[in-house]
Amino acid sequence: MIAFTLNGAPAALDLPEDVPLLAALREAAGLSGPRFGCGVEACGACHVLLDGRSVPSCLLPLSAVAGRAVTTVEGLGSETAPHPLQSAFLAEQAGQCGYCLSGILISAVALLQAKPDPDEAEVRAALEPHLCRCGSHNRIIRAVLRAAREGVPA
Amino acid sequence: MSATLPASLAANPRLSQWLGFTPDGAVVIRPGKVEIGQGILTALTQIAADELDVAIPRIRIETVATPTSPDEGVTSGSLSVQNSGVALRHVCAEARAIFLGVAAQGSGVPIEALRVEDGDFVGPQGAVGSYWTLAERGLLDGEATPGARAKPPAARVTAGTSTARLDLPDKVFGRPRFLHDMHPAGLLHARVLRLPSRGATLREVAPGPLPEGATLVRDGSFLAVLAEAEHVADKALARLARLAQWDEHDTLPDEGAMPAWLRQAAGESSVVAEHDRGEAPATRRIKRDFFRPLVAHASVGPSCAMACWTGEAVEVWSHTQGPYNLRLDLAKALRIPVESVVVRHVEGAGCYGHNGADDVALDAALAARGVPGRTVRVLWSRADELGWSPFSSAMLVEVEAGLDDAGNIAEFRLDVTSNGHSSRPGRGALPTLLAASTLDPPFAVPLAINMPVKGGGGAQRNAVPIYRIGKLNIGMRTITDMPIRTSAMRGLGAPVNVWAIEAAMDELAGLAGEDPLAFRLRHLDDARAAAVLQRAADMAGWAQRGTAEGTGMGLAVARYKNLGAWCAVVAEVAAEAEVRATRIWIAADLGEVVNPDGAVNQLEGSAIHATSQALKEAVRFDRRRVTSDSWDSYPILRFSEVPKVDVALIDRPEMPPLGAGEPAFGPTVAAIANAIHAALGVRPRAMPFTAANLAAAMET
Ligand code: FES
Ligand code: FES
Repeated sequence: MIAFTLNGAPAALDLPEDVPLLAALREAAGLSGPRFGCGVEACGACHVLLDGRSVPSCLLPLSAVAGRAVTTVEGLGSETAPHPLQSAFLAEQAGQCGYCLSGILISAVALLQAKPDPDEAEVRAALEPHLCRCGSHNRIIRAVLRAAREGVPA
Repeated sequence: MSATLPASLAANPRLSQWLGFTPDGAVVIRPGKVEIGQGILTALTQIAADELDVAIPRIRIETVATPTSPDEGVTSGSLSVQNSGVALRHVCAEARAIFLGVAAQGSGVPIEALRVEDGDFVGPQGAVGSYWTLAERGLLDGEATPGARAKPPAARVTAGTSTARLDLPDKVFGRPRFLHDMHPAGLLHARVLRLPSRGATLREVAPGPLPEGATLVRDGSFLAVLAEAEHVADKALARLARLAQWDEHDTLPDEGAMPAWLRQAAGESSVVAEHDRGEAPATRRIKRDFFRPLVAHASVGPSCAMACWTGEAVEVWSHTQGPYNLRLDLAKALRIPVESVVVRHVEGAGCYGHNGADDVALDAALAARGVPGRTVRVLWSRADELGWSPFSSAMLVEVEAGLDDAGNIAEFRLDVTSNGHSSRPGRGALPTLLAASTLDPPFAVPLAINMPVKGGGGAQRNAVPIYRIGKLNIGMRTITDMPIRTSAMRGLGAPVNVWAIEAAMDELAGLAGEDPLAFRLRHLDDARAAAVLQRAADMAGWAQRGTAEGTGMGLAVARYKNLGAWCAVVAEVAAEAEVRATRIWIAADLGEVVNPDGAVNQLEGSAIHATSQALKEAVRFDRRRVTSDSWDSYPILRFSEVPKVDVALIDRPEMPPLGAGEPAFGPTVAAIANAIHAALGVRPRAMPFTAANLAAAMET
């Protein structure tokens, strides 16, 4: 049994220690935000916040999060109480198929926590681990800059 | 309105197949096209809201399922709004008239005195009924008739506005929406062990245990493992890979000599277009080759499908672009009647054409066959997605063109050599699905085809220049040997043909001593093409462009498929260790635009995709297998490399709508190539435009 904090609430998963965090979150914790894209930390689709840092979850063994805090896109906000970044992504219509978005939102949260007023180059650098095949990049960059302008992340 | 039905509607004329109302105040629309990230569901909802006079939140969309939806073939070719939108507009306009007619008759209020307010039929004395009160009267059981009166463009309220994407909130809040997120009760997870190399056959599976709880599925050389837990299926796959013994042999050509392979491989030649206006002969000529390697769709989400058998029938959940077509090929590959297959569409990641979506559906049906009553999900790996999806064919385009003494284009010959650009399912006697050729007995792999020009073409798409030309000869050679499976990807042959034509136009302008913009405008009789070209040039400040060392601007224009949208692109590049695209300006004429922001989003996205293909992408292979099966070996454009993109739409609400997903692709590739010449003085001859390929072009 591995215990950790998931989206602000205590969680305990009864899975082998070497199961990747991504698989544990999607299969056992019933989440759909973190997505499988490559399984080898090369695309960014699976990013989660681990104690506030944006990290890929697809290779990270579940045992590595014992006692730590994991936040997924579901933990950022909801339609009735959206995170400023989620509002900004909707305002900019930042996305096409949307498969890449949850990982990108997570890295954007980490960026704005570390640097509330980033410039465009800093946004690009923070999102560099993330692939978006639909070409939504410029809208995504605008959305992150908008969130930085309009809303202080909680 | 015209006296004929829109094509999609003529093929599926029953109104209730497209549209329904519920007594509790909802509208249900059932388009035959599917969401692939292009925003089609939102655009169709806007159209229905306008024609029915209902608010958008009342409208529910039923995604395609083969038992009930209209069969609109494949969602491709930038035709979603063009086909489905026009059909749905007709259906909604006709439904509105039928319902108002019944309400008028029942109430005695003349129909002219009735209007619709969010679904209520309101006369001078108040409401006399609604879609909801008449919902169960079977009023839509009849067939659509020609002549239904859609509203005039000026009366549209939501169509033509940038309504927010209806699917985006789910994606931004991480709610389950993709097929990958479905967890039906009793779900089993499967993994398929792909062949170690092309054409390999399974000799044996050496004895040895699989992880506890995992079971093996085998049919010929098709191998899969099943498990209750996904991580157990992953482990079992790794174990199985060590146990499987294969016979392998060389089947692939030499990657480094693909242009020569294209020249020598057996093929069928055909004339695409020719004319001779008997004008002055060419006195100055250019002759150039253009090569593009195989390229991959490279979806960010690997292909996924679920299947569940009941007796001899199977239900499949798929993010295919063509549920009805997939159904036909599943029946063939599974050797069961087509009536025994149901395909339900659920969204996946963007596909940009025929990727592994259909293949994985057969994988799921095969994996699930031995466990009737259980739903089985197959998720491809990254290596499967990049290594085994169909690719867009390698292409060779040869151009010979010349000017007469007056500087007019006297001759233009273009010959395109390529494999077919469609292996889409459902069109031939044999299934095109990947695993079909590994079964016992195996199916032969059908050759990819190039559709005729009137169907949009394949390799020859956009091979005919849009310029005034004295003597024109356009030919195509379709290769009849397919060592690596090829199929449809964004633009089909258009990106390479447009690049070749527009590079030649720049060279001809140089021969004529004229600016590339002026030279093109002088040879364009198509006013809508000239308008987008001038607009893009104005946006980019073409006339005032600078000449800074190592930077340059290029422009290009095309009419997609020669019958779709007009699009012009100006690109700016900077030559560093590699070439970088720094700015893209796009002007497009899409006819009526139902959702302007959605169209801009598509144009931007396709220009970034095209930039990635132009600068970075190539499928790599040795004599046995595709080796570019990871993001390291198949790199695509990243955040730090993405150009700024500006888009202008030329508004023509009175003209038929034309799709936005592909028209910018070819002009973007071409504009980048022309900008590279402006920056470096070298004409790219091979994609991708890497430093190595540009150095090779400099030597020739
Ligand atoms: S799935 Fe983890 S980085 Fe790609
Ligand atoms: S929106 Fe489709 S991959 Fe980013």
